[in-house]
Amino acid sequence: MSGAETGLVLSVFLACAVEAVEALTIVLAVGTTRSWSSAMTGVGAATLLLAVIVAALGPALTSLPIDALRVVVGGLLLIFGLQWLRKAILRSAGLKAKHDELETFKGEVEAARAAGTRRPGFDGYAFTVSFKGVLLEGLEVAFIVLTFGANQHRIPLAAAAAALAIVLVIAAGLAARAPLAKVPENTMKFAVGVMLSSFGMFWGAEGAGAHWPGNDAALLGIIPAVLVVANALAWSLRRATLPSDEPAMPAEAGDRGTVSA
Amino acid sequence: MHIRALFLSVWEFVVGDDWRTALGVVLALALTSLLAETAISAWWLLPLAVFGLLALSVRRAAREATARSEVARSGSD
Repeated sequence: MSGAETGLVLSVFLACAVEAVEALTIVLAVGTTRSWSSAMTGVGAATLLLAVIVAALGPALTSLPIDALRVVVGGLLLIFGLQWLRKAILRSAGLKAKHDELETFKGEVEAARAAGTRRPGFDGYAFTVSFKGVLLEGLEVAFIVLTFGANQHRIPLAAAAAALAIVLVIAAGLAARAPLAKVPENTMKFAVGVMLSSFGMFWGAEGAGAHWPGNDAALLGIIPAVLVVANALAWSLRRATLPSDEPAMPAEAGDRGTVSA
Repeated sequence: MHIRALFLSVWEFVVGDDWRTALGVVLALALTSLLAETAISAWWLLPLAVFGLLALSVRRAAREATARSEVARSGSD
């Protein structure tokens, strides 16, 4: 497996795992409160729709000329990656609430109970909430699968990495029988942001006609550089937001918000 | 109405809540393309622009978050 393919698998796997954790929380909440069969029907319908989107847009993207494809994919990955990174940096500085799966689960359970009594048979509420949750969380993953996969003409490999992440998250959810609250989501989102921004920068510049020193090996410099800059921004923001007479905030177990090389 | 809603959904999905960064990325790619047409090496432009855009975006968001928390604090006083 080449370096670019390893980056593809890692980026898609991490992005998919973190979105799957969030979708799992929603499905668990409506499944346990309302109806498992209706919730799982919603999951199946959303997964099918996502597969159709990937299958329909994949060939369209891969038919673009390589330079045009790289500019489009690079630009989109950069816009996406910078959003992921900015949010992860703000979370690590305490300026944005961290995603709390247990809180989300409680909120979804309360909403499901408030939605009225459930009649036997198909439960429209459980179906709709599961369908929407999986579709919305999955769209971003479908986009990452498409852009990374199309650019390297390895959409099946990207889809396999996404499928592996989903299977592992479902298995962990079944084992825990609860939301996966201990997954270090911010660290994972930080890592995904670094990967998307790095590959976006690499492909975007190449598509625009620039030549990286060392060709593909330039990624070995770009990824650490993005990591260092993002960590430095997170560090400086944490320092700026901490009152000067207070000690540093205690680190959260398993989710420090930044990653090391 | 449906077309407008669809456009807004796509905009929200792709651009997110910081259109300035998205615009900056597009401009940086265009500038890289122009520079690549000349004899000057162009690879350095995009990293420089991206790091600058990220720093500005984080600074803007941090200012907005701080302002929001100050408004909330003054409201509760």
